[in-house]
Amino acid sequence: MSTIAHTQKRGFAGTVWEYLTTVDHKKIAILYLLAGGFFFIVGGIEAMMIRIQLAVPNNDFVSAGLFNEIITMHGTTMIFLAAMPLLFAFMNAVMPLQIGARDVAFPFINALGFWLFFFGGLFLNLSWFLGGAPDAGWTSYASLSLASEGHGIDFYALGLQISGFGTLMGGINFLVTIINMRAPGMTYMRMPLFTWTTFVASALILFAFPPLTVGLFMLIFDRMFGSGFFDVAMGGNTIIWEHFFWIFGHPEVYILVLPAFGIFSEIFPTFARKRLFGYSSMVFATVLIGFLGFMVWAHHMFTTGLGPVANAIFAVATMAIAVPTGIKIFNWILTIWGGSIEFTVPMLYAVAFIPSFVMGGVTGVMQAAAPADYQFHDSYFIVAHFHYVIVGGIVLGLLGGAHFYWPLMFGTMLSEKLGKITFVLFLVGFHLTFFIQHFLGLMGMPRRVWTFLEGQGLETGNLISSIGAAFMALGIIVLLVNVVITQKKNIQVGRDPWKDGRTLEWAIPSPTPFYNFKQLPLVRGLDAFWIEKQEGKTDMTPAEPIGDIHMPNNSFVPFVISLGLFIAAFGAMYHADEGKDWAIPVLIIGMLITFGAMLYRSIKDDHGYHIHKEDLLDEAEGGTR
Amino acid sequence: MAAEQKFTQHTWPESPEQATLEGKNKFLGFWFFLGGETVLFASLFATYLALKDSVPSDTHAKATDLFELPLVFFMTMLLLTSSLTSVFAMYHMKNYNFKKMQQWLFITVVLGLGFLGCEIYEFNHYYHEFEHKFTSSAFGSAFYTLVGFHGGHVVFGLSWIIALMVRNAKRGLNLYNAPKFYLASLYWHFIDVVWVFIFTVVYLMGMVG
Amino acid sequence: MANLHPNSGDPKVTYEYRRKKHAEEMRMQVITFTMMIFFTVIAFAAVGAGFSKWFVIPFVLLLAVVQVIFQLYYFMHMSHKGHEAPQLFMYSGVIVAFVTILAFLTIIWL
Repeated sequence: MSTIAHTQKRGFAGTVWEYLTTVDHKKIAILYLLAGGFFFIVGGIEAMMIRIQLAVPNNDFVSAGLFNEIITMHGTTMIFLAAMPLLFAFMNAVMPLQIGARDVAFPFINALGFWLFFFGGLFLNLSWFLGGAPDAGWTSYASLSLASEGHGIDFYALGLQISGFGTLMGGINFLVTIINMRAPGMTYMRMPLFTWTTFVASALILFAFPPLTVGLFMLIFDRMFGSGFFDVAMGGNTIIWEHFFWIFGHPEVYILVLPAFGIFSEIFPTFARKRLFGYSSMVFATVLIGFLGFMVWAHHMFTTGLGPVANAIFAVATMAIAVPTGIKIFNWILTIWGGSIEFTVPMLYAVAFIPSFVMGGVTGVMQAAAPADYQFHDSYFIVAHFHYVIVGGIVLGLLGGAHFYWPLMFGTMLSEKLGKITFVLFLVGFHLTFFIQHFLGLMGMPRRVWTFLEGQGLETGNLISSIGAAFMALGIIVLLVNVVITQKKNIQVGRDPWKDGRTLEWAIPSPTPFYNFKQLPLVRGLDAFWIEKQEGKTDMTPAEPIGDIHMPNNSFVPFVISLGLFIAAFGAMYHADEGKDWAIPVLIIGMLITFGAMLYRSIKDDHGYHIHKEDLLDEAEGGTR
Repeated sequence: MAAEQKFTQHTWPESPEQATLEGKNKFLGFWFFLGGETVLFASLFATYLALKDSVPSDTHAKATDLFELPLVFFMTMLLLTSSLTSVFAMYHMKNYNFKKMQQWLFITVVLGLGFLGCEIYEFNHYYHEFEHKFTSSAFGSAFYTLVGFHGGHVVFGLSWIIALMVRNAKRGLNLYNAPKFYLASLYWHFIDVVWVFIFTVVYLMGMVG
Repeated sequence: MANLHPNSGDPKVTYEYRRKKHAEEMRMQVITFTMMIFFTVIAFAAVGAGFSKWFVIPFVLLLAVVQVIFQLYYFMHMSHKGHEAPQLFMYSGVIVAFVTILAFLTIIWL
């Protein structure tokens, strides 16, 4: 098959089929971006509804029950269906290019990971239309979630279980890619920081998702199949859920924040035209954060009665994480110090991230003191803290990363002018919304309350908070306009559009050829592309002659495997209901589809295909034969 | 290409499962998967330890009432031996002896099926003689989940090995299927690793109280 | 124990050398297996003999750990060259596993 076949124009149906069957990390990245972006909007609408309800006291914009569903879905959607996929989008789009690879280690599994996430997210959100969303908070604590009537929690448990399989696969995939498929000359200590953070985050995924899997399994079986893990009457224990959830949940937030840190570590040097300060200590800090992230989970459980010894141990461990994080902050500052700074939109997000995230970090250290946490716990102080680190850290990273990597993913560049408008609106809105919430919490407003009374001093704060949310919404609308206009205009900006790219992803042609590198590049040091530029070269030195390139085949099987689990989930959920005799057969059929597709995949040989040397040489000469 | 290349005993590479990039990737990816499975089973063990003997009333059976060590010992011998026979199979794979590899894999499967048969008998015994069920108590839920998940892994492992044996029966060894056989054998060993902890923590520690 | 199988210039020599190495490795594995059976028997016997549980429990756990080390290093070749990353990740998994189990033994109460 020649390269010409891959560059021919496809109709709409052809493009849809291409995306349904792609195993190309760049296209999968776009799928993650689209799905994650969509769920980000959904989560944002849920946030707006929360803030409208809380704008004034004794409001009845939504009922109490519906409010519980909205807050649950807001948190669950934002973390699992928006932040994770958007970060996966960047990890997929950028990491293989940064290490000089032609794709990830397991392209088929990469696609499978995406479709599992997609169907899990779809299943969860169908709850809105099928009897009600889960309503026990994104943390779904066992006593409450076991008692929740209707199927909302079942949608939560089954949906997240399916999505979780996808994430786990993605983690393993990235780990193997980074270890085995680096270009010649790229030692571990020459990898860009975004690759390092992808590596550590993937290791966290590998170890953090199994406890969640076990916890969700127990929730599913307690609710739907009569087991007694959390049921005290049967000898069970509800604290088991909390442990599993947070043994997963705490590393999860580092899974989210480390790649965001990685994005900033790419943005700062590029727009200060100065190498990252303290590379080795950045790597060390990343690994240490990852390791310590597993040692602190019970700081979410200080008030459950663990006892003073346990509380003390976890308090100290939690405070310790501030140290490597602080190392990173200082290194970023010292990177731009004395640099030749250009305030592009990505750089604006990066510079705003520093104080915003630090504010979230310091309130985290405050909460780490277990006795103090007895006051903060379950108040708006906590809500303020985690939104500061999530929005101020992760979302600013996603927005900055979107601008920074847009040319790499689409060949176009988002408008700087509209980007700056989004930036200002979003940043102002973010601080307006959440800064005041620190004080609301200290004044005693509990979290997860659907309304509050007059005359308690909470009116002004809540109103300001809600106004801030409107600013953020406006900022995102402007971003959407930016995206639509940019893609419609489709002005291709070509290679290395920021002019100061330092790493390999900027060294390849734009739009990126589907095989990434015609010849694997030779890496001579950190910031490999920058080194070549310093010597007056415009391209990387190749590490091999032009030869045949082995590429993977597209496949519809990942879609089918995921669809089977999606179908089976309905069967599992409804099997105990009155009059739903179809449920068990549906469960069985769904499982058969999944395992059948897996068996088909195992048995049918799939060797991929080769791009022949002659076609690559043709391309090099610019001619077609 | 990996599937088409023909070998002899003399030209077969030293570590055939890692002679291709695909093989190297599969090798690493699978070990990492096993790392994740370690944490998964640890979580199930942790739950079991927390809920051991946790029953709603005295009429429910506890560990000391239920477990019979002779049967568990026999099951352990079966599984441990099957681990050895899978090592033999890999030895023959390294020596490019497809027929002997298949024979030892077959013996591995037979031993594994024996283990499964014993376990089904065991669960059935608890269910009927003691009313010890998945849904009868937290102890029951934790026990059947831990030991049952292991049993589920045994089923999956046997299916995997059988599928490989059948699928490749006609075409012998090559660099495309060598990694697949190797991975299945790693999985089988891991199942034995988990069983060592199960018989120790669940059965042995269960009997001492 | 690293697993170095260098090539000599003569393919026949290499072949003979490799076969010999495989056979030696196989012998090691059979010995390992025998020891594993032995440890299993001792563990069951310790329980059957009715010693105090304060002795039996640490003892059988220790035997289990030793057996698992044998399985990992000799049956699963974790001792061979090229297993650095698997070792790193298995030990990391073990650390997380240990912390989880420790937590469930100490800070779950009823």
